[in-house]
Amino acid sequence: MKAFISVFPSSGILMGCLWCTIFCGIFTSQIYAQETPVDSLKLIQLNEVIVISAGKQLDHQKQRKPLSTLDEFLESSRSINMVKRGAYAWEPTMNDMASERLAITIDGMQIFGACTDKMDPITSYVDVSNLSEAQIGSGQQGAAFGNTIGGGINLKLDKSNFKPTGWNGSLESAFESNNAMRVFGGELNYSDEKFYLNTDAIYRKADNYYAGGDKEVNFSQFEKYNFSVNSGYKLTADKSISATLIYDEANDVGYPALTMDVSLARAVIGSVSFNQDTLLGNFTNWESKVYYNNIKHIMDDTKRPDVLIHMDMPGWSETAGFYSQLNFNKEKNHFFFKMDGFYNKSYAEMTMYPTNSNEPLMFMLTWPDVRTKDVGFYAEDHISFEKSSLKLSTRLAYHSNTVADDFGLNSLKIFYPEMDKTNTRFLKSFSAQYHKMLNDFHLNGGLSYGERAPSVSEGYGFYLFNSFDNHDYIGDPDLNTESSADANLSVTYKKPIFEITAGANYFHIFNYIIGVVDNSLSTMTIGADGVKIYTNLDYAQLFNASLSGRYNISNAFKLMSQISYHRGIDEGGENLPLISPLSYRSGLDFYKNQYSASLSVEGAGEQTNYNPAYGETKTAAYATLSASFGKRFFINENDLFVKAGIENILDTNYSSYTDWNNIPRMGRNFYLTVSYSVN
Amino acid sequence: MKTLKYIFAILILSISFVSCSEDNDETSMETNPVEGLNKIYEFPSADHSVEIYSEKTALEVGYNEISIRIKDMASSKYVTNAEATWMPMMHMETLEHSAPHSMLSNSEEGSVYKGYIVFQMPGNATEYWDVTLNYNLNGQAMTETHRVSVAQPADGLNKVQVFMGSDDNRYVMAYVNPKEPQVAINDFQAVLYKMENMMTFSIVENFKITVDPRMPGMGNHSSPNNQDLTYNAATKMYNGKLSLTMTGYWKINLKLLSASGDVLKGEDVTELNPESSLYFELEF
Repeated sequence: MKAFISVFPSSGILMGCLWCTIFCGIFTSQIYAQETPVDSLKLIQLNEVIVISAGKQLDHQKQRKPLSTLDEFLESSRSINMVKRGAYAWEPTMNDMASERLAITIDGMQIFGACTDKMDPITSYVDVSNLSEAQIGSGQQGAAFGNTIGGGINLKLDKSNFKPTGWNGSLESAFESNNAMRVFGGELNYSDEKFYLNTDAIYRKADNYYAGGDKEVNFSQFEKYNFSVNSGYKLTADKSISATLIYDEANDVGYPALTMDVSLARAVIGSVSFNQDTLLGNFTNWESKVYYNNIKHIMDDTKRPDVLIHMDMPGWSETAGFYSQLNFNKEKNHFFFKMDGFYNKSYAEMTMYPTNSNEPLMFMLTWPDVRTKDVGFYAEDHISFEKSSLKLSTRLAYHSNTVADDFGLNSLKIFYPEMDKTNTRFLKSFSAQYHKMLNDFHLNGGLSYGERAPSVSEGYGFYLFNSFDNHDYIGDPDLNTESSADANLSVTYKKPIFEITAGANYFHIFNYIIGVVDNSLSTMTIGADGVKIYTNLDYAQLFNASLSGRYNISNAFKLMSQISYHRGIDEGGENLPLISPLSYRSGLDFYKNQYSASLSVEGAGEQTNYNPAYGETKTAAYATLSASFGKRFFINENDLFVKAGIENILDTNYSSYTDWNNIPRMGRNFYLTVSYSVN
Repeated sequence: MKTLKYIFAILILSISFVSCSEDNDETSMETNPVEGLNKIYEFPSADHSVEIYSEKTALEVGYNEISIRIKDMASSKYVTNAEATWMPMMHMETLEHSAPHSMLSNSEEGSVYKGYIVFQMPGNATEYWDVTLNYNLNGQAMTETHRVSVAQPADGLNKVQVFMGSDDNRYVMAYVNPKEPQVAINDFQAVLYKMENMMTFSIVENFKITVDPRMPGMGNHSSPNNQDLTYNAATKMYNGKLSLTMTGYWKINLKLLSASGDVLKGEDVTELNPESSLYFELEF
């Protein structure tokens, strides 16, 4: 914060004022002229919402590939890119920032992966069968979900919500030729005005996939189950309780880009919430939730050939939390308040089996039972004017980390003899977003400031091997809070048959946390090139720009295109790793008389801004072509939907900048999805 | 006023608790001064008995902390004014030599005479160690020699080095601490003696021993923030710091430097030279 003020004195004051403005807004709102409220105003104004709802037959037609993995859905988003270490458990990145700089929640619940090597982003613990949509907020627009720098993603669970639909169920199955992936799923739902129960199950199993040119990618198989139950009961006309339970288990997951696979990744996620339509007359949509989740992740190298040192690397992450949120409308002001908190316990260990079996086992704690406490308050005010609107928001949070395990604390003290057991921070976020309509033009602009605490790995990781740059990583408990000042601007020209948007954002990140080589340290992992310590750079700069358009050629044909540019540099002007080169996609969709079809192209330019110091090599330009065809049949009032498609029609052998160790992506792939729903 | 009363009451209570616990500690100390030690020898005589204790279950090659008690059978009490001294001796087939050892002292605990001996080699069928004890019992000077068996440590790890330095002096260096290594920065301690002749070993002062712990099983992984061993006049030992980043087998590579900085023994660990000729080993 100090650095921030000195660099941008005027905006620093501006940010400080925002908080006051939100409260002042309550009293000053009467000054503005009376206006009819803008219709269906979304209180959390998000950059993007991706509809997932695999279970909803109507939505199938809108999607090129129903029953694809959640990862593929997220990748189809304009703002999200996925980092891949294999065919499974991709890691979402937004504005060129990954997990630790994003706030990713499932139905508002904080969940943290249990793998020290980021093999289990939390998006891998739900499936499309559970979800209705992914709400995406770029930059501080995602702060409603937690402390963030790059943005927030909330995966919203699919619930019947007391719709009077009675019983319905569906069965679905899909097959993909490339990796022989079999998907079987089903759901059974009951819903009336008083009670609803949603159940669903999905099973996926895939063998190794083949990259372009029929090259098998070994250790890219996976198997996964997911079950979920959602239920709600209306206590009175305006009060209801609901509960959710998700069980997700993946076994035998191959990670071709890493030296280890995963034998078990298991999540149990549960919540109970209480909803009340109004509170104290003025407040609406009061929702309170308590939740708990438990994740266990076990890495496994027993199937790999040529393992120098066999290792066991189990990890556990347990989180309990709550939130309570409500809306308050006063003339033009639409307030949203949220109080939230969580308590997380992250523990991971590593046992290595020496080649000489007479020697004792080598044991270390890679995550020393770090207890994270976070309590936050979020408030936003969306003020609507005649042809414009302003959204002000803030998040203030208390965040603390404690190393609970003495073995782990003493281990870290080898590096930081003076370190404290507990580290406490106060995290702040402020944002102002303005939207103005000028005839057919929409102008959007915003300024914001946000902070985040270092992740468990960044703060307390102990010899975490990163196969991307082939270095061991060690956390630093004394890292400074990372903070970001960002600005965004976009212009949309909107006509009924076409729409074009140009947008850009810029993040100036202070105390940017990244691993920096320490030559004095000796590697732990055999074959590693060195040891990196998570370090605060003075600053880093990230810039993203995109141009996207949509054109309705006719009622049946729609064309969309998007091109985006990204740049990220550190304080010395060096390239940051995992920054996208110029990328583009374009698609032509057809829908008429229950027939649907699509043809799409997706590609990227040559990666010219890469950094070998972070293990990057230049990724070549590529383009892939895909097509899909679908038809909906009605059989005795029931619904049969069939969709088939080809991805990577030309069987291109390629990898993108996000592909860990340049593991090539899937080659030509035929898929077929059949879903039958009984109404 | 009422609250003040409560605070006062709590204060009194807590003070009494604190004092209680202190009492307990003292009594337990008094009950057994050789608590946690193993009685490895008992040499009975007509009017008294000599007991020898060690933290280990037997005497081993390397540094051995030894506690001795002399029981007066007449009074059934342990003698506190014995002014005990000792002399270890190795009887080889052709020659005899002693071992580096400290003085015996009962300053900490009146009835227990403590000291250490660094055995350089084990005994075997034809060669053996004995220890000669001199002490006063009821004003009478006594001398006793007892044969003791000294074995190689069961774990086979090297914790003592006998070597010829580049200055043509013979040295004995032995590992003392940590006895129970932790994944942490451990207090590292060693003793260093110069062999003056077969019977005399003198403590070497103001040398330096560099410390480079390695894990040969993990590609010679090393650890940061180690501290070289330097002489501490109070303990008459060499103290330093030893960082161990994980459990397992560690080779502590050492280099002995004279007071003027000359390398007397040992080499730097490099890519080409994976180990020093001067080292200790440990496992945990």
